[in-house]
Amino acid sequence: MSTTQAPPEPAPAAPAPQPAGPPRRPYLQQVLDSTTATVVTAVFLALLLAAVLVVAADPASQRAAVYLFARPSDFVGAAWNAVFETYSALFRGAVFDYQAVGARRVRPITETMVASVPLMLAGLGLGIGFRSGLFNIGAQGQVLMGAAAGAWVGVALDLPIVLHPVLACVAAVLVGGLWAGIAGFLKARTGASEVIVTIMLNSVALYFVGYLLTTSVLRQPGSTRPISAPVADTAMMPQLLGPQFRLHLGFVVALLAAVAVWWLMERSTLGFRFRAVGANQDAARTAGIKVPTVYVLVMLVAGGLAGLGGAMQILGTDRTFQGSSAGSIGFDAITVALLGRSRPLGTVLAALLFGALRAGSPLMQTSAGTPIDLVLVIQAVIVLLIAAPPLVRELSLVHRLSALLGYDRKEATA
Amino acid sequence: MSTTHTPVAPAPAAPEHLSTPVQAPVRWRGPLTSVALGVFSLVAFGLATPGSYETTFTLATRGDLFQIAPVTVPSRVSAVLLSLVVLAAAAVQVQRARARRRVPVWTHVVVGAAVFLALLVWVMAGREAAMPFTLLLTNALVLAVPLVLGALAGLLCERSGIINIAIEGQLLAGAFLAVVVASTTGNPYAGLLAAPFAGALVGLGLGLFAIRYRVDQIIVGVVLNVLVIGLTNYLFSTVLTNNPQQLNSPPRLPNLPVPLLADIPVLGPVLFDHPLTVYLMYVGVAVLQIMVFRSRWGLRMRAAGEHPKAADTVGINVNRTRLRSTVLGSAVAGLGGAALVSAGLAFTKELTSGKGYIALAAMILGRWSPTGALAASLFFGLADALRRVLNNTGSPIPSELLAMLPYLATIFAVAGLVGRVRPPAAEGVPYPK
Repeated sequence: MSTTQAPPEPAPAAPAPQPAGPPRRPYLQQVLDSTTATVVTAVFLALLLAAVLVVAADPASQRAAVYLFARPSDFVGAAWNAVFETYSALFRGAVFDYQAVGARRVRPITETMVASVPLMLAGLGLGIGFRSGLFNIGAQGQVLMGAAAGAWVGVALDLPIVLHPVLACVAAVLVGGLWAGIAGFLKARTGASEVIVTIMLNSVALYFVGYLLTTSVLRQPGSTRPISAPVADTAMMPQLLGPQFRLHLGFVVALLAAVAVWWLMERSTLGFRFRAVGANQDAARTAGIKVPTVYVLVMLVAGGLAGLGGAMQILGTDRTFQGSSAGSIGFDAITVALLGRSRPLGTVLAALLFGALRAGSPLMQTSAGTPIDLVLVIQAVIVLLIAAPPLVRELSLVHRLSALLGYDRKEATA
Repeated sequence: MSTTHTPVAPAPAAPEHLSTPVQAPVRWRGPLTSVALGVFSLVAFGLATPGSYETTFTLATRGDLFQIAPVTVPSRVSAVLLSLVVLAAAAVQVQRARARRRVPVWTHVVVGAAVFLALLVWVMAGREAAMPFTLLLTNALVLAVPLVLGALAGLLCERSGIINIAIEGQLLAGAFLAVVVASTTGNPYAGLLAAPFAGALVGLGLGLFAIRYRVDQIIVGVVLNVLVIGLTNYLFSTVLTNNPQQLNSPPRLPNLPVPLLADIPVLGPVLFDHPLTVYLMYVGVAVLQIMVFRSRWGLRMRAAGEHPKAADTVGINVNRTRLRSTVLGSAVAGLGGAALVSAGLAFTKELTSGKGYIALAAMILGRWSPTGALAASLFFGLADALRRVLNNTGSPIPSELLAMLPYLATIFAVAGLVGRVRPPAAEGVPYPK
């Protein structure tokens, strides 16, 4: 072929069915290029697939399916009931509870905001990493370490009302940032893959925090359970709408963080360096940007945001810290950052969507009997679909489904 | 020692002395690590132990033909002697390394075994409880089986150029289907047979998105894990909990003791008295070690992972090779999931609890080779088994720190602190044709 000496650069020889993306990070490019229409279709298809699961697990639908061909209307009715109950419960739990009275009717939407706070913060951090070419899978560990640090400051120190939460947040940012910084430092110094290191750091953080919870550092005095004492009143984030709602100042902090991240990435020199390294690290190095330093800085910022998200979970809602405090925030935040296309505004909206799923799922479980885990399926399918816009197109056109596995054969004959 | 960070093969850096013969640099890292281990073991396990303490090991298991009496040894003297063995092996390594000769593998084995024994002596020094030595090794092997199979899955995928983060999901899917099929049919072997299909299905998804849509493989892997966790949790909470008798009470996979071999004291119960999954693991490691490095199939697979363009030039269909390897590897991981529940465990939410990530770690520590994966998995299995034993008897080491060990070891390995590992060159890079 032509004189290509660098292997990663594909020569534009064969007319590919879809445009061949940039060689190294085609996924990120695809995510960044994906249109709003793709995202909406992906969300719709995910809800559709989840509806199939709901029907499949619904006893009434199962009974009606036995005589499906005799009386299809029974099955359709039962299936519709199951799906409607599930999604209406999800809506009532996450947006607006039309069955409640008074102020409780709007409580769900505030719950969605509360649930979205840690997702937003961690997702913003991950977005910075993705745009800088760093796959930080370790938000889970960073959230956990941040939450532990925030909880420790909240419990162990005795400080006045404004200073206390500020100091707890600063500690969380520092600890989360340093935890992620390990991966950045190792990548900068030795070239260790940040993916592997952050995955391993997730587990290390889990066991490390578990160990601290067995010692007097974090465990509540006099308790045998691995759980911390409740955070002091002075350290809690202030409530925004009074005691009836759980909405706390953390939501505003998260929104401000989104603005700050936008400024950092779009307006500041540092953010330009981050993006330059993400776009092409060889070019960035040639232009005089210190790539190793950028790796460390990106991870410090990303980990700091994730750590802050963890602290919000403790100081805003949970009050006590335990090994399961981080839940699946870190992994959900990955899907949030991807769905939000690593941009601040997108991340905020994606965090609100997934926050709504998290906030609505308990009611879905109690009221419609649909397990919370359905939300995980919805999230995963959404992200898988936006990852592959051609797939969304194919699914919406249904044709070529048969060609899914004949991919190589077709290309070979072309 | 770690002043130079040459990313690729270390080249002799002496351009000004062109007259002197070029010599490979001495590889100090391995021998010095052994020396450090020996000194640490001597001080921490040997000299720090009070001289009056004794340690008891039980060697017999309940079903043994010949009951061996428990062995009691003086703690300090034994630990010191074991540490001296470590230092002797380290001395051999130093001598070989200085002569720029290959450090023999047996010295590493001796170092590892002696340090481990010294640790066991120290852990149980001066305690009433005895260290169930045979049981510990048996458990270690059984616990290692899912890790080995998961690591084999990872290396099959990665050798062909597809990063498989979804091992966790493949193990989980395999375990789920194994439980359901074994419960419905009442035959544990039916579950064993079905599990690879669940893993392969996840692998098919990975291959589809990674190869056809060129989605970043790390992201697909992570998301597939979430998807499988969500699906199995959902099905567990609905279908399985509605009918646990029929769907979630799998029979135990029976032990198949190898005639004669199983009667050998200590070694017999450790190696030759296991369910079929363990023997499948033996066969899998041996077959893959030969096939990956000595067969045409393996060469083609590795070519697709190291230099896809070269492979394409000589007529190998890179993407088809990758898809086949991915599906095959994922099927192996599915089998690993069946091994996870072979003791007749009922399915629970997130049953794998991160074992897929440990398998990934084992694959990396084992440098993408089947025997290496076996060694690393056994190491992790041993750490896990020891943690469980110490949970029962109480120990000077917090069990959380022992549980951290696999992950820390992996971080050290990928950071090149104990010897650099190098992944296949083209892994994670799609091959658009």
